[in-house]
Amino acid sequence: MNLEFVRNFPLFCIILTLFSGPLCMISKGKTAKYINLAVITAVGVMSVFVLAEVCISGGSYVYRMGHFPAPWGNEIRVGPLEAFIAVFFCVVMLLSMVGGAFERKTEMEESKENLYYVMVNLLLSSLIALIYTNDLFTAYVFVEINTISACGMIMIKQNGHTLEAAVRYMIMSLLGSGMLLLGICFLYGLTGHLLMSNIKESVAAIAAAGTYHPPLMVAVGLMCVGLAIKSALFPFHSWLPDAYGYSSISSAAILSSLVSKGYIFLLIKIFYRVIGFDVFYNSRVINLFFVFGIAGMMFGSISAARENNIRRMIAFSSVAQIGYIYMGFGLGTTPGVLASIYHILSHAATKSLLFVAAAGLCECSGGSKELSKLTGAGYRNRMAGVAFTVGALSMIGFPLFSGFISKILFAQAAVNEAGKMLPTLIALAVSTILNVVYFMRAVLIIYTPTGYVSSEDGRDYTRVQMRMHPEKSVVFGCFILLNLALGLVSQPIVELCSRGLGMFS
Amino acid sequence: MDLSNLLVNYEEATAMVLFAIGFSNLLLQKNLIKKIIGFNIMDSAVYLFLALKGYIQGHKAAIVVDGVQSVEAYINPIPSGLVLTGIVVSVSVTALMLSLTIRLYRRYHTLDIDRITLEVKRGGD
Repeated sequence: MNLEFVRNFPLFCIILTLFSGPLCMISKGKTAKYINLAVITAVGVMSVFVLAEVCISGGSYVYRMGHFPAPWGNEIRVGPLEAFIAVFFCVVMLLSMVGGAFERKTEMEESKENLYYVMVNLLLSSLIALIYTNDLFTAYVFVEINTISACGMIMIKQNGHTLEAAVRYMIMSLLGSGMLLLGICFLYGLTGHLLMSNIKESVAAIAAAGTYHPPLMVAVGLMCVGLAIKSALFPFHSWLPDAYGYSSISSAAILSSLVSKGYIFLLIKIFYRVIGFDVFYNSRVINLFFVFGIAGMMFGSISAARENNIRRMIAFSSVAQIGYIYMGFGLGTTPGVLASIYHILSHAATKSLLFVAAAGLCECSGGSKELSKLTGAGYRNRMAGVAFTVGALSMIGFPLFSGFISKILFAQAAVNEAGKMLPTLIALAVSTILNVVYFMRAVLIIYTPTGYVSSEDGRDYTRVQMRMHPEKSVVFGCFILLNLALGLVSQPIVELCSRGLGMFS
Repeated sequence: MDLSNLLVNYEEATAMVLFAIGFSNLLLQKNLIKKIIGFNIMDSAVYLFLALKGYIQGHKAAIVVDGVQSVEAYINPIPSGLVLTGIVVSVSVTALMLSLTIRLYRRYHTLDIDRITLEVKRGGD
C-alpha cells in the first residue's frame, strides 16, 4: 500500500465519523447500529495503518489542511502516541458498544435508538479530532462537540437521575469550557497564533524575555483549570456518580473510559506542544494538580467504600483514578506524565470492563444494583463474575494486570522527585488499601454462595448462561485480554508512548 | 500597583467584569434559566474580548472595497472569524440546555436545581 496515501487517514477518520452522524439520523435503529459499528471498526483499522506508518517511518508528520502554509492554515499532527491512543480508544469504544448492546434494547425508546448512534459517532469524531489536531481553536470547538454528545449519551435513557446529572454535567462543562476559551483568547492575544507549534515558539520568546509574565500565567491557569473541571478532577465531580450510575451501560463505559481522557490528552498536548513543559513547570499549576489529585484519590475511594449501589461505586472509583492521573502531572516530570498516560490506558481498559461486567451481574439479580442483592451473582453469571474480578484486581493493582504497571510507573516517577516522593508513595499505599476494601468487598459478595432459592423477596434470580449472550462473552474475553496485555507486555507500550511523548516537544 | 492601565484598556476590563458576572451566575444561581443567561453573558464577554483583540483603531472591517488592499486599511479578521465560530457553539449549547430545562420542568414543575436534586433523591429511580 502506498504509504503517502496512509497519511491522509487521520483526516478521513474525522470526516467519516462526522458525516456518519447525519447518516445514522436518517436510518432506522438497527441500520444505525451497524453503521456505527462499521464506522468504529473502520476508524480503528485506519488508525492501525497510521500507527504502522509512523512507526515504520520513525517520526511524526504534520498534515496541512488544504495545503495552506503554517501560520494561516489548519493542521493535523500525527505521531506514534497520537496514533496509538486513537487505536486504543477505538478498541475500547467498540467493545463498550457491543457489550452494552443487549441492555440498550430496554434502556431507551426504540424510536430514539438511532439518535444514540449519532451521539456516539460525533463523540468518536471529537475524540479523534482532539487527539490529532494541531490548532488550539479547533480543539476548543471539538471540546464543545464532545461535551454536547456526551450530554446526549447521558440523557438518552430518560429518568430523573440522568436528566439531573446531564444538567449538572452541562453546567460544570460550560464553566470549564468558558475558562478554556478565555485562556485560548489570552494566549492568542499574547502570541497572535492559533497553531500549537507557532504558539510554543512565541511563548518561549515571551518567557525568555520575562515580559507579560502575569497574563501568560493567567492563560496557563485558565486552560489547565478549565480542562481539569471538564475531566471531573476532585472538587468538580458532583455530576459524575449519577451520570455514570444511572445512564445506559455503553454510555457509562464510554464516558468513564474515554470522554474525560480526551480532555486529559488535550491537556498533555497543551503542556508539551503549546506552553512548553518548562514554562508549565515554572507555573505553580502543577502543585495544584498534585494536591487536588491526591485529595481526589482519597475522597473518591472513601466515597466508593461507603456506596451500596455497585455502579455508583465504580463511578466513585473513577474520581479516584482521575486523581491518580492528575497526581502524575503534578509530579512535574516526564516520567510522571508517562505514568499518567499509561494510567489513562489502563483505566480505560479496566473501567469499561467493570461497567459491562456489573451490568451482567445486575441482570442475573433481578436488575437490582444494590450490592446486598448481588450475593452469589458470580455463580449465576460466571463470565461476568470472572470479568468483574479481573477488573477489580486490576484496579487494586494486582500483578499480571494493567493497574499494577501504572502504579509501579507512578512510584518510579515519584522516587526521582525528592520533595513529592513521600506524599506520593503514601497516597499510593493508602489508596491501594482503600481500593482493596471496596473492590474486594464487592468480589466477596458476588462469590458468596446462596444456592438458587433466595427469591424470598420475590425477585427473579435467573441464571445467565454464556450461550445466552455469545457477544458478551467475546467482549469480556477481549477486555480481559486487553488488561492482561497491558499488564504483561507493558515494556513496548511504554517505549512507544515515551517515544511519542519525546516527539511532542 | 499601577491601575491606570485599567482605564486605558477599559474595554478589556469591561469584558473581564462581564465574564466574572456571567461565570458566577452560571455557578451560583439556583434557577436554571438564570444559569443559562449567565452562560450567555460569560460567552459574550469572551467574544467582546476577542473582537477587541482584532480591532485596530481607525481601521475598517476586512472586506476589500474600492480596490484598497493595503494592510493599513483593515482590522485583523481572524478574531472576527473565531467569534462567529464561538457564537455557533454557544447557540447550540444554549439550545441543548434549554431543552434539558424544559424536560426537567415538565417532570418536576420547578426550575430550582436544588429542589430538583431533592426530588430526584426522594423519587428513587
